[in-house]
Amino acid sequence: MQKMIRPCGLHCIKINHLGVTIGKQEILKDISLHIHCGSLNAVIGRNGAGKSTLIRAILGDIPHTGNIEFKDRENGQIQKLKIGYVPQSMNVEKQTPVSVYDMMAAYQSNVPVFFMRGKKIRQNILEHLEIFEAEYLLDKQVCNLSGGELQRVLLSMALMNSPNLLLLDEPVSGMDQNGMELFYKTIYNLKEHYDLAVILISHDLDYVRKYADKVILLDQSIQKQGSAREVFASSEFRQVFQYGREEG
Amino acid sequence: MEIFSWLHYDFMKYAFLAILIITPLFGFMGTMIVNRKMAFFSDALGHSALTGIAVGVVLGVNNTSISMAVFAVIFALLLNQISSRVSSSRDTVISVFSSCSIALGLAILSRGGNFSKYSSILVGDILSITPEEIGVLAVILAVALLFWIFGFNKLLAVSLNRTLARSRHISAGVMENIFAVLTALIVMVSIKWIGILIINALLILPAAAAGNISENMRENHFFAVLFSMFSGVLGLIVSYYVNVATGPAIVIFASIIYFATYWWGRRNNV
Repeated sequence: MQKMIRPCGLHCIKINHLGVTIGKQEILKDISLHIHCGSLNAVIGRNGAGKSTLIRAILGDIPHTGNIEFKDRENGQIQKLKIGYVPQSMNVEKQTPVSVYDMMAAYQSNVPVFFMRGKKIRQNILEHLEIFEAEYLLDKQVCNLSGGELQRVLLSMALMNSPNLLLLDEPVSGMDQNGMELFYKTIYNLKEHYDLAVILISHDLDYVRKYADKVILLDQSIQKQGSAREVFASSEFRQVFQYGREEG
Repeated sequence: MEIFSWLHYDFMKYAFLAILIITPLFGFMGTMIVNRKMAFFSDALGHSALTGIAVGVVLGVNNTSISMAVFAVIFALLLNQISSRVSSSRDTVISVFSSCSIALGLAILSRGGNFSKYSSILVGDILSITPEEIGVLAVILAVALLFWIFGFNKLLAVSLNRTLARSRHISAGVMENIFAVLTALIVMVSIKWIGILIINALLILPAAAAGNISENMRENHFFAVLFSMFSGVLGLIVSYYVNVATGPAIVIFASIIYFATYWWGRRNNV
């Protein structure tokens, strides 16, 4: 299992003046963020504010301006940033013959999954599934997993290359209240016990208030950032969520 | 042995060898085509063979197999490019380009009422294959196998989620283009023997049948190759004794297997 370590608080990820323009439309402009390891950062905003675009830009999936630095605060050394990404969903329809092992090994290993199972990679996958008590899912078909089960598998997968930064894209859709609570608790535990930072796109302001260390209110550019209390009390927040609460 | 009397003829030996190469190739390539929902794409590729021949005729190329393969590769890359940019659905884009290219091909080939000269390609004739042509098939099988061994995991990763694949430094565009080109090539080198009208069935049916009863990629590949080879060999033998075209005979057996596995899969809840 990945080593449980207290976050040192000394690593930080700096996003400097990030901008995304697709075609003629400017979707994000001048995004500058400072993310510390061991912190849970929630990005909130109305639909179409550019939250998913921000995640994809950080991943390098779409071209962007500005840059992203990963620094050790003590000696200022720049290191390579490893990102774990938890997508909203996977492209699997009913009856697709892809097992959890197949999916995880496809991203993680070069042992061709159509031919044989690698012993080492299987062990590695099991160890990571164990973190979320999901070992029993190894041989299940991905298309037959429940929303919560898939979420745990995707989280295990994201942790497999020991990321410094965990990106979660609206992961709570299709989960019930208990599942949500469990999910947020899990994320909270992760950032407490592993040396990583979390950026989470969230729709649920109650959970954000309860668990996030830092809230980023996004609407093309950063409208407001700070603690949940600060952001929720700001005039910018009231302007974006005029009717008190965003719908799901 | 009486059962193997059909192997006394050279043309049957060659056909048998060709089947042993084509069917496993179609079996494993088919799994990805089915799982990526590319059945219509490979169908359109098959039909583009007509246009490829037409282009060859217009340019005065002696060996239309080459113009066919070149056209199919360009067509496949073009379809990939356009469907990733245009916002209308992939099906519609493929349909527009496919019908356009077929019409063009038919128009050119039928000029002067000559189309019957080319109609053999619609049904195909595996009994006319020569040892050199079997060699070409073997080379393409080797290339496809190499790609499968080294690229399959990445291709699967891209199919499951492009952004996630990107986060693991896998280039979705490159993998998708290699796969499309490979599909174009295997369809083109086999189309003379299997025929435009049914080549797609041979690509889709064994893989889809395997999908009915498989829970993971290993089972999927094992059954797809097994079903493909089984219907191929059986189709060849039966077509010899019953005196029907080999391609259709193979597809009929593959269809029977599909329905049987569908029924079995439903009953056993796979």
